Amino acid sequence: MSEKKTVAVLGNFTDPNKIMDAAAKVHQSGYTEFDIYTPYPVHGLDKAMGMKRSILPYVSFAGGIFGLVNAVFLIWWTGSVDYKLNIGGKPLFAFQFSIPVMFELTVLLTALATFFGLWFLCGLPKWYSDLQDDAGFQRAVDDTFVLSIFSSDSRFSLDTTEKFMNELGADNVRRIEA
Amino acid sequence: MSVETVTKTAPRNVVECLDTSAYQVNPYPVEEPMREPLVLGNPSLHDVTVKIAGIIEGKPNLKYWIAVLICASIAGAGFGAIGETVITGIGVWGSNNTIGWAWDITNFVFWIGIGHAGTLISAILYLFRQKWRTAINRSAEAMTIFAVLCAGIFPVIHTGRPWLAYWLTPYPNQMQMWVNFRSPLVWDVFAVSTYLTVSALFWFMGLVPDLATVGNFVKGKIAKRLYTFFSLGWTGSMRNWHHYEIAYMILAGLSTPLVLSVHTIVSMDFATSVLPGWHTTIFPPYFVAGAIFSGFAMVMTLLVIAREILGLKEFITLKHLENMNKIILATGMMVGYAYSMEFFIAWYSGNEYERTVFINRAFGEYWWAYWSMVSCNVLSPQVYWFKKARRNIPLMFIISIFVNIGMWFERFTIISTSLHHDFLPSSWSYYTPTHVEIGIFVGTIGLFLTLFLLFSKYLPVIAISEIKGVMPGSQPSYHDDNHH
Repeated sequence: MSEKKTVAVLGNFTDPNKIMDAAAKVHQSGYTEFDIYTPYPVHGLDKAMGMKRSILPYVSFAGGIFGLVNAVFLIWWTGSVDYKLNIGGKPLFAFQFSIPVMFELTVLLTALATFFGLWFLCGLPKWYSDLQDDAGFQRAVDDTFVLSIFSSDSRFSLDTTEKFMNELGADNVRRIEA
Repeated sequence: MSVETVTKTAPRNVVECLDTSAYQVNPYPVEEPMREPLVLGNPSLHDVTVKIAGIIEGKPNLKYWIAVLICASIAGAGFGAIGETVITGIGVWGSNNTIGWAWDITNFVFWIGIGHAGTLISAILYLFRQKWRTAINRSAEAMTIFAVLCAGIFPVIHTGRPWLAYWLTPYPNQMQMWVNFRSPLVWDVFAVSTYLTVSALFWFMGLVPDLATVGNFVKGKIAKRLYTFFSLGWTGSMRNWHHYEIAYMILAGLSTPLVLSVHTIVSMDFATSVLPGWHTTIFPPYFVAGAIFSGFAMVMTLLVIAREILGLKEFITLKHLENMNKIILATGMMVGYAYSMEFFIAWYSGNEYERTVFINRAFGEYWWAYWSMVSCNVLSPQVYWFKKARRNIPLMFIISIFVNIGMWFERFTIISTSLHHDFLPSSWSYYTPTHVEIGIFVGTIGLFLTLFLLFSKYLPVIAISEIKGVMPGSQPSYHDDNHH
């Protein structure tokens, strides 16, 4: 068994105003390796934590373009190159009749790209977390906001980080070892 | 950012918001304090978890299993009828050379339409920031998926050889053939399969945080593992919520035009033909309004029962039901307008065939179907002009059943009356369903209810994280960027 090391310092909050304030202060103090676990998305908290706009829309857009290009190519190539069939004198290819399928495939691929892009950006599925056995941490999916500063942060030092967390007004400040 | 000025937490309910002392202490009251609260009884966040995850944790009683057994038996009988169709051929149905599309396509359009309310609630009302949707979106989305599954059965068995249904999709094959993209029936394949996929993805994404909550809540070892497995290991990290909210917005933005496109394309199956009674430009908006109308009626039918049985009255309040009744009234008026406009155009076009078809629709052999449709869809929702009626639960249950019946008759009227008198009087015919068709339709109702019953017991019926986010005092009482 390897020796246990402190991986994070955790503190609980219950007031959305206080967690907003704490997030801004942690960010302003220069910490980067920290996270806040919340039972529901708190509006503006990501900004207070100093997070930049998600790149997910670009992933979705790329998926949409991929779907659209494929739809046009599929309809054009099958209808007017590989299998030319005269149906009621209709043109072999035209944008008008292609629009429904172009639209549907664009939507389908955008949705798939968004869905899988989301889990990729979140690093999920991941069924293990160093924090998972902490009872206070588990309440983050119920009714508590849990602030966690990780020891991987260059500014992390056990005593000062703990003291800082207490100053922020966190309840039950504790160390997590793994 | 001056946080020190906020010395008191945000008011927790309407009464506190109306208390002027709360304003003096907190200059930023929660939004819209004059409105009826979305959650009654002022529960804490933990209470919400206990209430909704508690439904899953609790043991279902005998009545529940009897209900499941009955519905599943009906579904089983339906599959028996499907088996008879597949083994013998679609000759066991009442449809004939003149009336080639009958109950099967009626039921297909009916079920697809039911699904539309779920997407409207989950996507369109989300984009319009209608916070009341959070109590009903999960069950409405579930209903969408189950309804689309039921709908999908019909075109597949209508092909006669359902084991070859994959021929509907374009794939390289030894026959050197491709599907015909000029046909609206192919558009339909793409529309319905995209709709089912996107609805399922959206639904699952919404479930992930709640599955984590449930996984944390349940005691059973296997249950805990299962819920945690499907929650993908969600922790509630704000760094994940950050992407999650964008993804939610994108999927809502996608589903909105998607839901409109699906019934538009379904209507094009009819509208692009040259048959009088089908060949009209009003069909796409008319079908979409009708779909939302019927879907809301089905949501109402299910929720009136579910809130009673599952004890969710503080989440699905009279306000929610009243809002849905307003939408039923509005969309009911839209279909009423479409019925009259169809008649007007039939007269105004000067087209003899068009005129004959419409007069025949209302006064011909199928008059009973037409007038059932009009009285259920146009007349019955008119009571919702009165607030008392909009908040009367037994009444809204009855009206929702009427609307479900009326919307079924609408599709039947459109399909069968237009077909049964075609251009050649010698081939005029009349259609009556056989026991097989009735069996299949009733079977899909059984299947739909079975799936919904299982869902309401084993998955969170209310979006836990979303409802927590709209409860009074759950959001910070100031925003540094002044937007909500």
